[in-house]
Amino acid sequence: MVIAITLVISALSKNLNLFYSPSELLEGNITPGNIIRAGGMVTSGSIKKSTDSLEVVFSITDFKNSILVTYEGILPDLFSENAGVVVKGFLREDGSFLAQEVLAKHDENYMPPEVAKILESKE
Amino acid sequence: MGSPPFFYRWSTTFSPWLALLAVIVFSAGLFWGIGFAPTDYKQGDVYRIIYIHVPSAILAESIYVLMAVCGFISMVWRAKIAGMLITSAAPIGAGFTLIALVTGSIWGQFTWGTWWVWDARLTSTLILFFLYSAIIGLHSSIENKAKADRAVSILAVLGVVIVPIIKKSVDWWQTLHQSSTFTLTSSPSMSPDMYQPLFVCVLGFSFLFIFMLTNSLRGEIIFRERDKLWVKNQFFGQER
Repeated sequence: MVIAITLVISALSKNLNLFYSPSELLEGNITPGNIIRAGGMVTSGSIKKSTDSLEVVFSITDFKNSILVTYEGILPDLFSENAGVVVKGFLREDGSFLAQEVLAKHDENYMPPEVAKILESKE
Repeated sequence: MGSPPFFYRWSTTFSPWLALLAVIVFSAGLFWGIGFAPTDYKQGDVYRIIYIHVPSAILAESIYVLMAVCGFISMVWRAKIAGMLITSAAPIGAGFTLIALVTGSIWGQFTWGTWWVWDARLTSTLILFFLYSAIIGLHSSIENKAKADRAVSILAVLGVVIVPIIKKSVDWWQTLHQSSTFTLTSSPSMSPDMYQPLFVCVLGFSFLFIFMLTNSLRGEIIFRERDKLWVKNQFFGQER
């Protein structure tokens, strides 16, 4: 059973990642049109919301490469600049990503708003 | 202590005190965490579910490790009480795993925007729940208790590999679940007025578990030893 579990894990190890990073997407191993997940940080200042529809365009980055994401729908509350997101959708021929679902990733830091404000003012 | 009659009599005295302690620490932790801890700068008040989610998840993993240790003792030394402990602990462990999964799911809906995602942390925790279920099912499907103990001991010991996998899943693979707030190597990435009540909650949940385990084990002992003289004396008085 231990051997079986080890084999299953080693076989799955490549597929156990929930999402691809922008750099992995740009390597060109992913066929456009296949449904995949991509993840990264929302680049600051990149969010552009349409005024007459729910369409939003933003770019996600892994601090080496970034990729443009288009999405139409309701964003989770925690979606913001410099916050992690995981998007599900597919790569288009032009190298941009069309998302069907946007999930917000949150980090392991917890603090009261006052502390966050102090930290921010220090930066 | 390893002898069932001794444990039974001894626990008759301490179990009410354990109940009192568990209720006090458990409610103090939850009251402090949910009622008085500061709100989070990013997640708001939703993060307060952590005061149920994290203690349940810690117990879900710890109870399995305890069962694996009992499984080992039961296999090597044939200690009857170790087998009884596995039978008593499994449903409680399954319960805490379920609580961790359900509270995590609710938390996920409010922060991530989804109830469930098949990432490594969530999937491995679901496997833990299935392992608990398998142990409960396997034990009740074997009539002979000694054989049943041996079978579940093997399953408990082999299955313990899932615990480090759950623990490290957020570091080994990219997951939607955030990585650990508390690590052995660095200070917690949470402010003290938030993690202090969390520690009380973990303690309270643990006392609650010990109390539940004691009671469940008492029942298991009486059931398995129902034909023994000491049980008859315990319940029907000594006939001289």
